[in-house]
Amino acid sequence: MEVNSLSIIVAGSGGAGAISTGTLLLNAAGLGGWYAYLTRSVGAQIRGGEAVAQLRISRERLASHDDHFHVLLALDWKNLGKFASEMPLAANGLIIGDPDQGEAPSEFLASGARLAWLPMKQLAQTIPGGRPNMVAMGVLAGLLGLPHPLLDTVLEKELAHKGATALAASRAAVKLGLEAIASLPPIARLAAPQMSTEPRWTITGNQATGLGAIRGGVRFVAAYPITPATEVLEWMAPALEEVGGVLVQVEDELAAINQIIGASYGGTPSLTATAGPGLALMTESIGLAVASETPIVVVDVMRGGPSTGIPAKSEQADLNIALYGLHGDAPHLVLAANSVQDCIFTTQWAVHLAETLQAPAIVLSDQALGQTRAVIDRPPETIFSTKRLTAEPPATGAKYRRYTVTETGVSPMAIPGTPGCQYTADGLEHSETAVPSSLAVDHQRQLDKRERKLGCYDYGDAWADVEGDGTLALITWGSCTGAAREAARIWREEGRQIKLVSLRLLAPTQPDKFASLLDGVQHALVIEQTHSRQFLRYLQAHYPLPSQVECLNRPGPLPIRSSEILGKLAKWK
Amino acid sequence: MEMTIQNMQLAQCGSRSAEPYDSDSYLSGVKPIWCPGCGDYSVLTSLTNALAYLQLSPEQVALVSGIGCSSRIPAYTSVYGFHGVHGRALPVATGLKITRPDLTVLVAGGDGDGFSIGGNHFLHACRRNVDLTYIIMDNQVYGMTKGQASPTTAPDWQGSELTPHGTGVNPFQPLVIALASGANFIARCFSGEPANLAEILVQAIQHPGFSVVQILSPCVTFRPEQRQWKNSVRMAESGLDTDIRTAARRLMEDDGMTVGQILYKGKRPAYQPQSASRGDIHKLERGFVL
Ligand SMILES: Cc1ncc(C[n+]2csc(CCOP(=O)(O)OP(=O)(O)O)c2C)c(N)n1
Ligand code: SF4
Repeated sequence: MEVNSLSIIVAGSGGAGAISTGTLLLNAAGLGGWYAYLTRSVGAQIRGGEAVAQLRISRERLASHDDHFHVLLALDWKNLGKFASEMPLAANGLIIGDPDQGEAPSEFLASGARLAWLPMKQLAQTIPGGRPNMVAMGVLAGLLGLPHPLLDTVLEKELAHKGATALAASRAAVKLGLEAIASLPPIARLAAPQMSTEPRWTITGNQATGLGAIRGGVRFVAAYPITPATEVLEWMAPALEEVGGVLVQVEDELAAINQIIGASYGGTPSLTATAGPGLALMTESIGLAVASETPIVVVDVMRGGPSTGIPAKSEQADLNIALYGLHGDAPHLVLAANSVQDCIFTTQWAVHLAETLQAPAIVLSDQALGQTRAVIDRPPETIFSTKRLTAEPPATGAKYRRYTVTETGVSPMAIPGTPGCQYTADGLEHSETAVPSSLAVDHQRQLDKRERKLGCYDYGDAWADVEGDGTLALITWGSCTGAAREAARIWREEGRQIKLVSLRLLAPTQPDKFASLLDGVQHALVIEQTHSRQFLRYLQAHYPLPSQVECLNRPGPLPIRSSEILGKLAKWK
Repeated sequence: MEMTIQNMQLAQCGSRSAEPYDSDSYLSGVKPIWCPGCGDYSVLTSLTNALAYLQLSPEQVALVSGIGCSSRIPAYTSVYGFHGVHGRALPVATGLKITRPDLTVLVAGGDGDGFSIGGNHFLHACRRNVDLTYIIMDNQVYGMTKGQASPTTAPDWQGSELTPHGTGVNPFQPLVIALASGANFIARCFSGEPANLAEILVQAIQHPGFSVVQILSPCVTFRPEQRQWKNSVRMAESGLDTDIRTAARRLMEDDGMTVGQILYKGKRPAYQPQSASRGDIHKLERGFVL
């Protein structure tokens, strides 16, 4: 049987190399012309915990994982059984274990998948410097039908720096793995790829976020490391140097947010990236950016919360704090990326909006997007003409009015160094001339101005992705969009219609646009990865919804899968 | 000879006659909210004198502050100002200076703002040694919130309803901490000696790296006894220590009332990450091509 996509899992304890096997296979598949999608999941321990690479390879573009995996290859079992619910296996699937590593956990066998044994450790030991994960790479490449020369190419590219001996050992181990598949039961055959003329990219969501920021013009980043946002910073630190920018690792998130406010006040587009705990620390100062009208971008790569929660696994539950976490009436921008590739566009757009509207923008990504590596088509170069409205030196005698009330709400911002425009940017309420004021009239005026500048701006079509048509709609956001897209595709393949709505701009809300795109929709399914239905409540508070609305929600770390969405839709067939 | 701003000017250059800026050039004209007699008035005067001495264009200077009576100072000046939130002046100034090394960046605030809520930033600003001048108006009390104990308040001070028996905890030693953490210039001054304060501020601004100037600046409203500081401060006899061990001993042994001299001057180069634009964004993007 030939299938359009195959999904495999490589698992092992941390350090066994499961993730690098997955990454090498992704690269080989990408070079071969397939699309690929790799998520990694690591346990609580930093080293030695379970490490799982979940890889899907397909001839079509990929938005999410499949519902089931066709192959689970375990280098060892450790605590893997406990996480079986995160690794659903197809009934005709294949489990490959190493006889040296003990019994396969019953949780996996319950799926009905076939069990096969392969002495990967022993095979690796026959080669000096050979490693079981390289044998595994050969096994999986063989099962997936990846052309052998590609394996050589990626090994060479990724392992050359380890020296000729190590490279030769890896090659030999991969070869043993390829030969060993003769003893395994067959799996479905992966359909040949559609080649593209343009070379494809391999990128993670966190790297994509960094690229979007740099494309948008960000040249200063201050940040404090936190899982799962750290890779945004790791990619940006050398990348910023390349384009004349700077990344500073600071003492805490309070410093991070305030350093970027200072840098932006000085005229440099600036960003920080964090996760929920860091965002919570930053909220007071995001309010400062609102009041002082200083553009900044804060990326929140969400993880399970509250508190330390589940650091390395995904959830969408920072929606409320992003929308409502600031004190006072503090209009700001909240955007959400809805695919690995979209992290580029959404972050770039966030920089553009923040700079244009002189306001803070929070970009919500999550672990599922940030730490997923995907093979994607070369992304289009999104060009915005991003330019902050700045003040020119005034005619002699004229007083510069930093917070002057304008029709658009945006007022020219003087960059330090501009003669004659000195003012004090202030988090205290102020008059139009930036002098502190507690007068009711000044408060009202400045609140109106700050609300109006976000409210009357035309956000165009990018505020939401709308795909398909019909009286039935899926309404979702962020990483859940992947599974929703997959479900919509399957639903349409069965000859039915469905509209998919994925909101990219969450604040300010766009009630008129929302109403018009839901025109004619009678049933809607809201999909989100929160426990308390934060997204549904947000929609109910701000948007007209059809009379029949259902919600498919679940907290992390289990992703919502397309089959569950289709299951919910079944009654509307 | 006692150096004053006037004779420093005379000593250094006779050609300063056509100077465009006098100290009033650095005042915005906004009327301070401070109580009559507050020490912060003379800090403002000394600062504008120091800027006039340095003849810095007002648009090339930025003054960043947090929250407190003392933190109100930027709006009273005619330089670029940033009045942020409580305790975060140092990071705002750090981000500004790193991205705009062409500006002279000053930071001002109170002992509560800098040593309590902003204490962590104080440590790391000293460590990082960015070229900033940090002016702390220390009145050993939270003036703005009407008189609570601050980190520098004596443990037996019972003037606040919040701590009716005194705080009972050891006061913070800002300059000892600054020295240990890596500050490059350390001085203690008294707002009641404005000419001396102006001179020290000039040198603090001129010295590269992170300069800390602690100014005993009385809060006449919530610590009226501080009016007596003019009798209890001592002008230090000798100044300038470049040896960190001697400076440390002197700071440790002092009762905190010795003022008027630079207590430490280090030679660490200021932290300024260099980043010349080497490539372009397309080079970065090629890194993603399979
Ligand atoms: C997050 C936060 N907590 C508390 C306050 C209240 N507050 C304002 S100023 C201040 C203390 C000011 O004392 P200090 O920094 O010593 O300055 P002074 O008023 O004495 O010049 C406090 C506690 C605040 N503005 N923000
Ligand atoms: S309360 Fe104290 S510190 Fe504040 S202005 Fe009055 S005297 Fe100065």
